[in-house]
Amino acid sequence: MAEYTWPSREATAVIGKEVDRLDGMAKATGAAKYTYDVNLKNQLIAVALGCPHAHCKITKLDVSAAEKTPGVVAVHIFEHAAVGREVEWEGELLAVVAAESEAAAKAGVAAIKLEYDELPVFVDDEDLAAAEKAGRTGKGGGKTELEREPGDDDDEDEFVEKEIARLLKESKYVVEGYYGIDAITHCCLEPHGSTVEWKDGKLLAYLSTQNVSGTDEGFANDLGITSSDVEVKCDYIGGGFGSKFAPDYWGVAAAKISKETGRPIKFLLSRDQELKIAGNRPSGYINVKIGADENGVLTVWDSVHWGTAGYKGGGVSQTVMPYVIRPKNYRRIATTVATNTAQSRAWRAPNHPQACAMSQTAIDDMAAKMGANSYDVFAANLRAGNVDSQHPDAANVYLAEMERCAELIDWKANWHPHGKGKAKGSIVDGLGMALHTWGGTANNSDCRLKVSPDGSVEAFCGSQDLGTGTRTVIAQVLAETFGLGIDQVRVNIGSSKYPASGASGGSTTVGGVCESHRRAGLDALDKLFELAAKELGVDAASLEAVGGKIRVKGSDKSIAWKKACTLLGMKPLEINASYKRGDVSTLSSSGVCGVQMAHVEVDKETGVIKVKKFVAVQDQGLVINPKTCKSQIYGAMIMGIAAALYERRITDPKSGAFVNAELADYKLARLGDIGELVVDLYEPESERQRGVIGNGEPPAISPKAAIANAVANALGVRVPVVPLTPKRVLDALAKA
Amino acid sequence: MSGKRVVTLTINGDQTEVLCEPRQTLLEVLRNNLDFTGTKEGCSNGNCGACTVLMDGRPVVSCLVLAVEAEGAELRTIEGVACGSHLDEVQSAFLEGAALQCGICTPGFIVQTEALLAENPNPSEDDIRFYLAGNLCRCTGYDKIVRAVQAAAEKRQVARSV
Ligand code: FES
Ligand code: FES
Repeated sequence: MAEYTWPSREATAVIGKEVDRLDGMAKATGAAKYTYDVNLKNQLIAVALGCPHAHCKITKLDVSAAEKTPGVVAVHIFEHAAVGREVEWEGELLAVVAAESEAAAKAGVAAIKLEYDELPVFVDDEDLAAAEKAGRTGKGGGKTELEREPGDDDDEDEFVEKEIARLLKESKYVVEGYYGIDAITHCCLEPHGSTVEWKDGKLLAYLSTQNVSGTDEGFANDLGITSSDVEVKCDYIGGGFGSKFAPDYWGVAAAKISKETGRPIKFLLSRDQELKIAGNRPSGYINVKIGADENGVLTVWDSVHWGTAGYKGGGVSQTVMPYVIRPKNYRRIATTVATNTAQSRAWRAPNHPQACAMSQTAIDDMAAKMGANSYDVFAANLRAGNVDSQHPDAANVYLAEMERCAELIDWKANWHPHGKGKAKGSIVDGLGMALHTWGGTANNSDCRLKVSPDGSVEAFCGSQDLGTGTRTVIAQVLAETFGLGIDQVRVNIGSSKYPASGASGGSTTVGGVCESHRRAGLDALDKLFELAAKELGVDAASLEAVGGKIRVKGSDKSIAWKKACTLLGMKPLEINASYKRGDVSTLSSSGVCGVQMAHVEVDKETGVIKVKKFVAVQDQGLVINPKTCKSQIYGAMIMGIAAALYERRITDPKSGAFVNAELADYKLARLGDIGELVVDLYEPESERQRGVIGNGEPPAISPKAAIANAVANALGVRVPVVPLTPKRVLDALAKA
Repeated sequence: MSGKRVVTLTINGDQTEVLCEPRQTLLEVLRNNLDFTGTKEGCSNGNCGACTVLMDGRPVVSCLVLAVEAEGAELRTIEGVACGSHLDEVQSAFLEGAALQCGICTPGFIVQTEALLAENPNPSEDDIRFYLAGNLCRCTGYDKIVRAVQAAAEKRQVARSV
């Protein structure tokens, strides 16, 4: 049995090299078929009616005129839209019209007669007092850790109050702050949806999904069939970011209508529906008091935070607070707020971006209060062991990454104490930083590998490529293992009929597929070595696969790859490999750090912020492809800039309407909004030895805090809630 | 359905006739009637640039053009950018420069870049940022897109001067 390891840095030919993404050609020529590009013969187009009010009771839903609209073939009413039912957020789909064309389906939707009674609406998640008054709050849990234990006679609650008060009183510096981060939506450029058809009682679903292997069951459960009767396919997907793990009730509806009409159905959400119902990230707001010693080392943290994850309440988990920089003494309490908005979905690094923006802003304000350099305050806390991170050697790695990041942004030369920079007219500049952590344990992954007597190599795996480079990474792993070129390996992913592989969420994909494919490759190689050894008259253990040959290590004796494969005889060699999440392995690991620093300019007259330069230093164990790896980080930084400066869900307090649910008004960063971006991969041998770790989430965490801190450094005034819109900047300046 | 019209237009050099409703957008007809799905839809109201095509050489967002308005027009879509299996300079610069991730915005960016370089073969960084400001990307690094456009412009200049 093969030993599953990676080759050393010096010995790799393909791993660790900047390889162009394998699907780049298809994407750059328009040949790549995304779910919403799939047009099936004789298909109907479905368009849905969304609920126009954020909280109401349906009193009438008459679809008879819709049914008579020319071109309309079927109308489906959702169970939750039955007369008498309450709808709790705007946009919730009520009925679907399937028609010969999109225009006819829209005309059908327009003909639906809907009546409802309006019910009270609550959407103001930032206003805790109002939420309490409206009875919309709930307990979100909490935790207190204190180094001193209560005495036998102490009342626990009273002891905690007194101890925290004592710690604050004895602190050299105390900061009391309010910070926040608004809800944003996933806003995938390809909306959620599917094109489905039935053939011989089996469902074929082209679904825009991050979970190819797991969604067949979702369809099957709701349709009363077995998952073997469903094939889910997704070759290309236009964004998911954590929101596309299930078929969703609209996918199931497409399958039902298709069955009923006997025709394929294409059903994608409209842009506003995508923003309103297909995924959002919970908001978070915090009141916090922290104390620190003369070096800025935190001695105590005391916070209450709240926010909303939608109509069921929820919010940012208390478990991640205070984020990364965590003193020995702390109390954290979370309150949930229920609003008339759609329930949130996982959003790149669930909880972490909000926790980072609610915690590390306070650390930076501590530096401001002390008149100290923020870098030194972060470093002093790391050195003092005030660290909570998933990386096993966190403090050292953060410090090393900080050093590198500071060099790249020229922190020393650009630093000035908060609010003390030289203004150029109305423009001031500032620096800010933040730290993050993430797990990224490799997900379950099975694969089937076929090595044919003609030398061809083909792999099958029910994973998906979100644009992250899954295909490319698998090909690199196999090419490296067999000593072949990347073009000599064929990778098949994107079908639930292939061996199951985990959903792409939580930075778990690259680890999972590397585990399964490296294992399969090494197992196959073992078999080939046995055959080649006989042919060459050597010991199989002396062989290696490099440069298109199987050769005796350190000698010229070899057999060409193709020739070696003919030794298989008539039948291809088929290997199935399986990795189960949590299996201990040297191929993958989990737990990363990451540091980001931003240099911004703020116009005090207009409140407009410009990110001049933004640097990310990121570890992720062994890097398979630096190009796709960096690409992920760049993307995360852009998303971070958008969330720091522009992006938010705006709801009307009276009607609950999501008023900016269109790309015209839902402000995202554009090309002109992005300054210089620098990405540096931190991969010393100690990190490389850890094996592969995914990096989709970690770099998406820090941007908000880093940019908000840079703005605070520029202005000498904290703009407490992100996104830092010009109005918020001007309001903060006016208040200061 | 009554009122359908035949629209005659040239797409990537091929003359095409298509039967469509007057209310159908050029984007809908390209994608649904003619299966030119390389042209993407992000918003259907002119705010993302994913649906950009060249109409008589000018970039237009095809979601804001009715198909009947394209009567007699010469269209160039992403499918007509490569020469056979050879990517043109813009496409290969996007690919090599990792300027695409999920790739759904890429056709729009590439077509818009073609228009930019036709108008201004040697654009400054500001020109690029300004000209491509109507194109939205949710997942990749815009920085890489700017670099790719610069690389493509350079390659094309070199190719022309030889
Ligand atoms: S789809 Fe035309 S601009 Fe967005
Ligand atoms: S690469 Fe995904 S939207 Fe641009």
